[in-house]
Amino acid sequence: MTAGLVISDLRVTFGGRGGLLRRSEPPVAAVDGVSLRVGPRETVAVVGESGSGKTTVARSIVGLVTPEAGTITYDDTVLGPMRTRPPHVQRAIQMVFQDPRSSLNPRMTAGAILREAWHTHPAVAPKGDWKQATRELLAEVGLDPTVAGRRPSALSGGQCQRVSIARALAVRPRLLVCDEAVSALDVSVQAQILRLLVDLKSERDLAIVFISHDLGVVRQIADRIAVMRSGELVEEATAEDLFTNPRHPYTQMLLDAALDLEGVES
Amino acid sequence: MSEIAVAESLAETQYQEPQPRRSRRRHLSGALRLLPYVVIAVYVLIALTGPLLVDYDPLSTSVTDRLLSPGSVKGDGSTAWLGTDSVGRDVLAQVVLGARTSVIIAVLTVLVSCVLGLGLGLLAGYLGGWPDTAVARSIDILVAFPGILLAIVIAGLFRPGYLTVIVALAVGGWIGFARVVRGVAMSLRERDWVDAARVMAVARIRIVTRHVLPFVVGPVVAMATLEFALIVLAEAGLSFLGIGLPPTAVSWGQTVAGGKEYLETAWWISAFPGLALAGLVISVGLVGDQLTARYGGRRR
Amino acid sequence: MSADMTPEDTGPLLDVRDLEVVLPGPDGPVRILDRVSFTVGAGRTTGLIGESGSGKSMTAMAIIGLLPRDAQTRGELRWRSEDLLTATPRRRRRVRGREIAMIFQDPLASLNPGQTIGRQITEIPRRDGMPRRELGSTAVDLLERVEIPDPARRANNYPHQFSGGMRQRAMTALALAGKPQLILADEPTTALDVTVQARILALLRRLRDEEGTAMLLVSHDLRVMAHVADDLVVMYAGQVCERGPAPDVLRRPFHPYTNALVKSVPAVHAKSAIADPLPGSPANPAERPSGCAFHPRCPLTRIMAQGVSSANAIGTPPIHERCRTEQPEVREISPGRWSACHFSSEEAVR
Repeated sequence: MTAGLVISDLRVTFGGRGGLLRRSEPPVAAVDGVSLRVGPRETVAVVGESGSGKTTVARSIVGLVTPEAGTITYDDTVLGPMRTRPPHVQRAIQMVFQDPRSSLNPRMTAGAILREAWHTHPAVAPKGDWKQATRELLAEVGLDPTVAGRRPSALSGGQCQRVSIARALAVRPRLLVCDEAVSALDVSVQAQILRLLVDLKSERDLAIVFISHDLGVVRQIADRIAVMRSGELVEEATAEDLFTNPRHPYTQMLLDAALDLEGVES
Repeated sequence: MSEIAVAESLAETQYQEPQPRRSRRRHLSGALRLLPYVVIAVYVLIALTGPLLVDYDPLSTSVTDRLLSPGSVKGDGSTAWLGTDSVGRDVLAQVVLGARTSVIIAVLTVLVSCVLGLGLGLLAGYLGGWPDTAVARSIDILVAFPGILLAIVIAGLFRPGYLTVIVALAVGGWIGFARVVRGVAMSLRERDWVDAARVMAVARIRIVTRHVLPFVVGPVVAMATLEFALIVLAEAGLSFLGIGLPPTAVSWGQTVAGGKEYLETAWWISAFPGLALAGLVISVGLVGDQLTARYGGRRR
Repeated sequence: MSADMTPEDTGPLLDVRDLEVVLPGPDGPVRILDRVSFTVGAGRTTGLIGESGSGKSMTAMAIIGLLPRDAQTRGELRWRSEDLLTATPRRRRRVRGREIAMIFQDPLASLNPGQTIGRQITEIPRRDGMPRRELGSTAVDLLERVEIPDPARRANNYPHQFSGGMRQRAMTALALAGKPQLILADEPTTALDVTVQARILALLRRLRDEEGTAMLLVSHDLRVMAHVADDLVVMYAGQVCERGPAPDVLRRPFHPYTNALVKSVPAVHAKSAIADPLPGSPANPAERPSGCAFHPRCPLTRIMAQGVSSANAIGTPPIHERCRTEQPEVREISPGRWSACHFSSEEAVR
């Protein structure tokens, strides 16, 4: 058995389906032939520029996008659309989105958002335990219990992202897919959320797929890094290797373009 | 120093001045805003209590009381405040009972249209794919016919009656709802919180009811008021043409039609039910505009 | 362009003095900007940095004259020798675009999709009555200056035919068309990829060096600032907390907030640990904390408080009394370096 997530030859295309009276255009491959493994307790970052397909890879893993070809397996279970996955696999993989505010329903309180997870997966927390579980979960992500009664509009961006992380953790996942999870946050809040993710990872033995365009952040938290360009994976290496000894010219170019506070002058 | 003082006083006046004016305007518009609601409340009250207020039998005619002008005393000693029609029936009683007919038909038709439109709109907008294509094409085909023409054809096919009128009007009525709901649902489907629920494997029906429906309610209510006004008019139109309700029912449209031969001599037969109709339609339209301004453009 | 500058203009190009902007809020008026003061020197790039609620965008809007109608303002916006806050609307419109031009974050939203790039960037010369045949060559010249390849052909393109980076260049060309002395750039590279961002920043640097255009760069990205800004103004909760020459400020911040910002930027070209995070979120001007607005999140006040009284009751957060009650003035700590912290002179800042 292969533990963890295995992506083989993933290909995802968009468009191209012509309608009755619509001209059909050739489909555009957003992801083309990507293979990637994420072992248990491993943090793998996928980096690339806009249009590189990194977000599409993330969305394929959580079943929001249906691949045209290739397979994704988790602990040897083939992953189809989320609805078709067995409940324990549904719970195993969860996602944290980029925009902390829009990933929470503005009409629901933080508590209701967490309870929905348990309503859907009653095996995790029986109804009688919800109150206690809510308090524990909020504490775990560093939030006050009173947050449970508040709606997203009454929370700061950082607090919203914590609620979003709490929702993902509510079903006891094994793998967290973070799609630019700290990009939309204020710099002084970014470090809080990164710290939280790293702490949660070690406490809960999580694996993390970390999608990001920020090489600095990636260098801080990733074990391995995959670089994508125009739907293809151009280089994959351990974090240290990639930064000290980039092999692909595109990786080199990304590193050259990345700014630091001091040092590099172009 | 003096420049700073000038700048300060300028800034102050700029800021202070609009305050009282704005609050007064808000106050005034506040009272005006309420007026259509009050008018509608009066109509609904009359519709609910109509039969208790007036004693009227559409089948009983009185030749001696024909075409009495407003304020005349009828043969039985009572006063015909709004006059009588060509067969001696009281116009006031027809206006009062006509309100009941209009409101009942409009409410029921809006309800039917709304449920149908909401269901099909959600189905099309949230699911996308072939259900969306099916609904979108049906709408395209239906809007190719003028709504009132469609209603006339359908009403003409069946026996006059409440059900016929409601069905005839609802056939075109649901389209507006479906379009609005489909549009909102399509944009909501792309929202992150809906994606988050899908990743959590929340049941589809729950996603629709908890994460999509609440955001559709505002625009739908706004749509319902606009639709209400249109249906009141359409019902009157059908009844005016004599293909809506049976002659035993009382409807503003029928009364207006009954008076059309006497427009020069007995203007009151057509004028009063016409005014009643206009009052209701305008009031509902005003409320609808307010609600549309509040919900129409908003995509949360 | 600097050619317009006469020799006696030795003072700053733009001098913002005690700028205050008050907006009506749901719970009464909110002081969005609180006594903001800084200067933009001729031919220099000044970086205005801050997080959400810092007021950096509101400051830019005040300078360009696009504040909400119900904004109440106070203070001075001294543009060369006149105060823009008291200028007539007509004069302000004249200044906008011609003397002070603006580049926005989202060029697609600021460009007209139905007009060619060439036509749009020559809008101001056209309004100024430039003959038709000269407009074409002006457009090509402008596009050339912002390094758009094949400018003669590109001038006839529409915005959708441009990539994100090229649109930002076109916006810059549009800004240059009015021959402004100051370009106000609001997050000009935030929406762009790193490789494109680097090139746009290089372009902005070149414009400063070769054409002498002064720039006020508004951004939340300290890395961008480090690469283009000569001077830095750090804002927090609608107030200026530190200003001075950018390299000095970044190398040795005097204000604990600046220090935290600098520390929180992860390094790409060296391995860095995740920074010690500040607690909480950036303060909201509507609920600005008493005393120093930064005190609830400040690591320094805790260090200072411990020094003053170790007899603090257990459980009460160790906040220095002065930080909680007294609003710090923006003081000149060393020549050219200003900071609004009671303890900026103390060694413990680092």
